[in-house]
Amino acid sequence: MRLLIIEDDRDAADYLVKAFREVGHVVEHAGDGEEGLALALDGRYDVLIVDRMLPKLDGLAVIGALRAKSIETPALILSALGQVDDRVKGLRAGGDDYLPKPYSFSELLARVEVLSRRMGGREETHYRVGDLELDRLSHRVTRGRDEILLQPREYRLLEYLMRHAGQVVTRTMLLENVWDYHFDPQTNVIDVHISRLRSKIDKGFAQPLLHTVRGAGYMIRDGAR
Amino acid sequence: MTALGKLLRTTAFRLTLVYLVVFALFAAFLLAYFALNTRRLITEQITSTVEAEMTGLAEQYNRGGIRLLVAVIESRARQPGSSLYLVTTSKGEGIAGNVGSLAPGVLDQPGWTETVYRRLTDPETQDEHHALVRVSTLAGGFRLLVGRDLEERERLYHIIADAGRWSVTIVIILGIIGGVFVSRRVLNRVDAITDKARVIMAGDFSGRLPVGGSGDELDRLAISLNAMLHQIEALMRGLKEVSDNVAHDLKTPLTRLRNRCEAALRTATSEAGYRATIEATIEESEGLIRTFDALLMIARAESGEARDNMADFDASEIARDVAELYEPLAEEKGLALHVDASASAPVKGNRELVSQALANLVDNAIKYAAAGRQEANGVPADIVVGAGREGDRIVLSVRDSGPGIPVADRGRVVDRFVRLEQSRSQPGSGLGLSLASAVARLHGGELRLEDNAPGLKAVIALPRADTAASA
Repeated sequence: MRLLIIEDDRDAADYLVKAFREVGHVVEHAGDGEEGLALALDGRYDVLIVDRMLPKLDGLAVIGALRAKSIETPALILSALGQVDDRVKGLRAGGDDYLPKPYSFSELLARVEVLSRRMGGREETHYRVGDLELDRLSHRVTRGRDEILLQPREYRLLEYLMRHAGQVVTRTMLLENVWDYHFDPQTNVIDVHISRLRSKIDKGFAQPLLHTVRGAGYMIRDGAR
Repeated sequence: MTALGKLLRTTAFRLTLVYLVVFALFAAFLLAYFALNTRRLITEQITSTVEAEMTGLAEQYNRGGIRLLVAVIESRARQPGSSLYLVTTSKGEGIAGNVGSLAPGVLDQPGWTETVYRRLTDPETQDEHHALVRVSTLAGGFRLLVGRDLEERERLYHIIADAGRWSVTIVIILGIIGGVFVSRRVLNRVDAITDKARVIMAGDFSGRLPVGGSGDELDRLAISLNAMLHQIEALMRGLKEVSDNVAHDLKTPLTRLRNRCEAALRTATSEAGYRATIEATIEESEGLIRTFDALLMIARAESGEARDNMADFDASEIARDVAELYEPLAEEKGLALHVDASASAPVKGNRELVSQALANLVDNAIKYAAAGRQEANGVPADIVVGAGREGDRIVLSVRDSGPGIPVADRGRVVDRFVRLEQSRSQPGSGLGLSLASAVARLHGGELRLEDNAPGLKAVIALPRADTAASA
């Protein structure tokens, strides 16, 4: 994956570049908005990571300029402003995701990987992980020959996990995308929902599909792979 | 000079000047009117007197000729305060009367004339007097002059004119003195208030403006300003308390964090030891971020900024959603979580914030009801999340059967970072109720903590969205 990080804080940028390279991505860095826009304009990147407050050209302006030129590279906005309306403003300006500072690297990585795949535009009607299948037209979930009955929210949770099968999905991502909440519910309520879902899809099967990724979140994948 | 300048610039003094001019003009006008009318009245009186005498004398002449006329005139002229009489031949030679000299040519023009004259008995050296006279020609070519002295009229006129001048002068002098007096009084009061205000501005927020006690407009102003100062002082004290609390509640975990790192540097020998410390550090920092976010959120709700993002939504839906989010957690803790939100409950507000406020209440209920259940040993503990209407309010409520909050502490727990002794063992920042309360206030509602006997009933009451406006 090719990433462009537009971030003026030298230390933060160095840390991100190093961390993304360690997990095998190609990373370039721009220290201000103008340089970042110039680099992003040729559209060689899979994901842009844009700090909101930048010298010379504001992060939202960079994204706005790209979208005006029909460059649809997914962009994740990093910002010290974490409130709901700031997020709405960022997404309205053409950003695809919004992560308030301070963030953990695992959260950022998970979101960037999800963003890079979103570009494929594959809105499939049928998901399959191992012998677990989810049909989005009939809302039927089966594992092997057994049909699994899910509550509506459990269904949406599984649907989100399966759409991003093989990718780490963090708790906040689940809270945002499945529940549409952008606040911190203090106690880890998501964990309990996951364990309930797990008991429905994995219980009694030799091969678990829903995995906990320590310090990051969850991932659904075929264990055989 | 500056003191005088200040005095002259006061509103009271300027008002005095305006009134002064108005009153002086009024007095002058009144007296002028009076003087002129008096003069006219006296003139009229003279005219009619002279007219009557003239007619009477003409009659005497017609009856008894010149001799009778002369006799009558001579007798009348001798009386004190008499009118002026003069009878002459057609050539102007005096026959009878008390007039010594006249302005030349007066006798030649019949009718009314104002003239100067001297009485026959007056010495040559005395000043001439003014008189209003009438001249007429009798049948035999004699001329008859009857008139009255105008001295009286002029004297009266002058008296009134003098009175006018004096009264205007006195009005002006008294007015200025009164103006200075009133202005100085006002100025002194204002100076006292200004001085005190300076002291307060210099940082003494416990100071109050002086109130005279007469209940006048300055007192009312001072009382209002004092009420405002009281409010500001309360806010300042609140702010100070908050910053003290923030300092304490952020510094405590920061200290822990630092101590742990230092201890690891000093004692850890293995990679596993460092790793454990680092993991604990990250966890601690996450707690800090959480506290910080909650504080920012409260500040934002309190500042009213989030008012821009208001939309219509159904509070029942929020109750169901939040209950659904927490239901598995409650079950895991051995609690039953029910929803009582069937009727629609329209609210205009920030959906996200109201959700979070309710989530905080549910989170609290689960935490404390679970703890309480262990103590109560097996008594079924239920949590009910409700939404509904209550008059013109929409209420979101969370009822639990946990330990509840003692009445004495209910006001206090809403403050930031306040955690009751029995809850210290539970995780949490002590900001949940503060946020719920701030959110309720942002929407023009309030957070109420009531007794659920046993347990706590936490209620967020919000104003009902105006159904008329949406229809």
